[in-house]
Amino acid sequence: MKFSYFPGCSLKGTGRAYEESLLAVCRALGVEVLELDDWNCCGATAYMAVSEAAGYMMNTRNLALAERDSHELLAPCNACYLSLKKTQHYIAEYPSVAAQATGALAAEKLSYTGKVKVRHPLDVLVNDVGLPAIKKAVKQPLKGFKVAPYYGCQIVRPFAEFDDQQNPVLMDKLFQALGAEVVRYPLKTRCCGGSLTGTLGEVGQRLSFILLNEAQRRGATCVATVCPLCQFNLDSYQAEMSRQWSPVRMPVVYFTQLLGLALGLDEKALGLQRCIVPLPAQEVHA
Amino acid sequence: MMPLTPTLKFDAERDPSFPKQIMARPGGEKLFGCIQCGTCSATCPVSIYMDYTPRQIMALTRAGFKDEVLRSRTIWLCASCYACTVDCPKEIKITDIMYALKRRAIQDGVYPKRFPIPVLAREFFKMVRRRGRVTESELVVRLMLQTNWLGMVKMWRQGLNLIRTGRFSLKPERMRHAEALQPIFAGGEPHLATRTPRHPWEAES
Amino acid sequence: MKQPTNGEARIGFYVCHCGTNIAGVVNVAAVAQYAAQLPGVVVSRDYKYMCSDPGQELIQTDIKEHQLNRVVVASCSPLLHEHTFRTACEKGGLNPFCFQMVNIREHDSWVHEPGDAATEKAKALVRAAVKRVALHTPLEVKRTRIHPDVLVVGGGIAGIQAALTIANGGQNVYLVEREPTIGGHMAKFDKTFPTLDCAACILTPKMSAVASHPNIKLWTYSEVVKVDGFVGNYKVQVRRKPRYVNEELCVGCAKCVDACVYKEEKFEDEFNEGLAKRKPVYLPFPQATPPVVVFDPDACIQLKTGKCKKSCLEACDRNAIIFDQKPETKEIEVGTIILATGFRTFDATRLPQYGFGTLPNVYTSLQIERMVNASGPTDGHIMLKDGRTPKAVGIIHCIGSRDNRTNRWCSRVCCMYSMKLAHLIKQHTGAEVFNFYIDIRAPGKGYEEFYGPLPARMDFRERRRQGEMGGQRHDRKAARPRPARPARQTPAVG
Repeated sequence: MKFSYFPGCSLKGTGRAYEESLLAVCRALGVEVLELDDWNCCGATAYMAVSEAAGYMMNTRNLALAERDSHELLAPCNACYLSLKKTQHYIAEYPSVAAQATGALAAEKLSYTGKVKVRHPLDVLVNDVGLPAIKKAVKQPLKGFKVAPYYGCQIVRPFAEFDDQQNPVLMDKLFQALGAEVVRYPLKTRCCGGSLTGTLGEVGQRLSFILLNEAQRRGATCVATVCPLCQFNLDSYQAEMSRQWSPVRMPVVYFTQLLGLALGLDEKALGLQRCIVPLPAQEVHA
Repeated sequence: MMPLTPTLKFDAERDPSFPKQIMARPGGEKLFGCIQCGTCSATCPVSIYMDYTPRQIMALTRAGFKDEVLRSRTIWLCASCYACTVDCPKEIKITDIMYALKRRAIQDGVYPKRFPIPVLAREFFKMVRRRGRVTESELVVRLMLQTNWLGMVKMWRQGLNLIRTGRFSLKPERMRHAEALQPIFAGGEPHLATRTPRHPWEAES
Repeated sequence: MKQPTNGEARIGFYVCHCGTNIAGVVNVAAVAQYAAQLPGVVVSRDYKYMCSDPGQELIQTDIKEHQLNRVVVASCSPLLHEHTFRTACEKGGLNPFCFQMVNIREHDSWVHEPGDAATEKAKALVRAAVKRVALHTPLEVKRTRIHPDVLVVGGGIAGIQAALTIANGGQNVYLVEREPTIGGHMAKFDKTFPTLDCAACILTPKMSAVASHPNIKLWTYSEVVKVDGFVGNYKVQVRRKPRYVNEELCVGCAKCVDACVYKEEKFEDEFNEGLAKRKPVYLPFPQATPPVVVFDPDACIQLKTGKCKKSCLEACDRNAIIFDQKPETKEIEVGTIILATGFRTFDATRLPQYGFGTLPNVYTSLQIERMVNASGPTDGHIMLKDGRTPKAVGIIHCIGSRDNRTNRWCSRVCCMYSMKLAHLIKQHTGAEVFNFYIDIRAPGKGYEEFYGPLPARMDFRERRRQGEMGGQRHDRKAARPRPARPARQTPAVG
């Protein structure tokens, strides 16, 4: 199993634990990933706010690079995943976008035909590698873990191509297969606030607080995420949230970190020390 | 003495070309199918903070109330969670319309200049234009210096936490050949062309 | 009559100007010229008003003079003048069915702009007609018998009323109903809008009349499986499903139900919309017509395994139970079929954000209807799953309707239906009732008057104003957006 890999800016920055744990887990499960050469930023939500054309063109370049390497493209960050997917869909649906988006490829002798498939690692790990294979590779079942699986917005909205849009369950199934207890978490796709946590804290942090508070109320011992911005938002402001609203203390990890723990991988290799609110030691060394 | 402002508009004060322009962008085609059901406002996680709710923005846009729409806080508060787009019974891509309105507000120069959100968009845009990628740590610093440096000081704890956990990049993240992106910026929307920059941020080399 | 010979079509073609109706848009002269060179066409004319006497005479004269055996007229809709031109052909000595009409008015000149495209379209239509008419064979008009019997498919109120009206007029009616009893959805209702009449009081006398009407043959638990024949003369096969009870003998005393080896009701009761349970043998509801019990073959132990005490057999003192009853196919002849098969409520699980099927106290309108009904599963008490009376009830309109993703249309009845339920819920529980609507649609006689007094007694909240000023009666502090998943007990209107 071989994939082209689009890390996105976050996975090289505040989200580096996601990259660390993802690559470690892929190695352990026999999934080969090759980072896309000289990839550019996907534009996230910022580019669409400034220049639609530039936004599509930036993503088309990444898609064209992936087509050149002719593997499916793995995009772990929800925002990157959505930007790439939306570009693909809109090129196919809107002739005006198709005309613009490919205009900047010629200079690098790149081309885009629409063949390349953009995949999220949650999809690849649960559906391609498969739960039976993962179960076989589990060395330390996640006993005692009560996980609230938090999917966030952009892997199910507006395109829900590998899971249910209103009630996704791939992470739930994964953690159950790893031996953890999965907490029923109806807010699993409510917005964490995105970039508003940094620009309009009282709005953005409030949204993240609601998510953490609910997980806490339902007895979760940790929240699992699939997006570096969600992880950052939920992880980084808990002291402020506790002061402003009510106490929350909830470790927030990447789903790949939990998977890695179950596979018996080393915590440092999984970047667990990068959590601002750490996973309790006794859970890690179960 | 409280100033009295009229809350009604005459037909002549509306701009009928405005909704057509918004509808011309991908996602805006079904704007006139809106039945004003309010499902978008109800499902939007930040609608309670907005001056005009998403449904009101749709109505105002349709009716040509360009100023009200472009000067609203609403379009900047949208976090692109797509809940509205998914729940709209008339399949209007509301999130895309919000993006189109953001771009139009920038183009017309009526965006709130000190409001953190367009400032963030601008800094993000410039950084990627220069280096091809974003360095989050630098981006946040730039943002706070321009909008709320006192707030940045208050965030010392976050900063320390990020440095402690090795998540604060001290080196900028960059492409090897960022110049490969130049064709993109040359072919962008007219108001971003380097020939006649409308705003300082577009003239970045 | 001129007998046409295969392969030797001699076609007369006529294109009508219809004043300027056609000629103002289509170049009729060009069409006539075009038709003249089509294979088989021996005469091609354009004329101002083909339907006029001179126009018709043109056809008659040409048939004789040019030995025409086929005629094509390009003009208006056949609904208007096909008969006229067929008669003209007949008068000219040609079988009237050797005629083909082409509509270049409603289908061309009246729907397009003047120009080449309209003319080309006319030519294309004409070309097709000329080709077709060569294949016509002469036909004879005959009179035939129409069978006077009528089949009504569907025994809800519509089917029942249709059957009664026709039977009272003296004709024989077969009323075929899929369920074990007639009555349909109306049998589930408590009251009707806008008069708040008792539904059963209107329905059950009619059900009774059907059962005893000498001209109506009532076949319940039956389905139409095949329809052959043609208008006025249908041959229909009706499959009568086995209820494992002799309909002639059973009187609906239900002693067998009491005697059943299942001491507790365990199986989902369809009539009560899943809110109650029943036994494998059951009477759908007390006024079921015919008053005959029915056995569920998927639940009855005897029917599934053959090994049961059969205490029901013992209890029946009329020997009406027949465990080896077989399905029966009946063949009937009818002249008219009326389809009155009713509706199905929208499956609210298709819109999971409203919580139906996941949250505990979310009900559909029909479920509330059964609760409100004094003869329903809760004896007329509206209650939460845990038995408590709700203090606040929300009714959401338009679930599944006015939605491009499910049903585009407005369901037309659900506003009135919701308001009826709102009124009944308020009456039964005194709870605070919220109506979440998009637009109030009250189009019928007495409907607006029904709606009028309601906003004073209960909360009508526009869905559009949730989360905004004006969204509630109180001040801004009390404003809370309606979450996509309502936290309170909320019947969804299907």
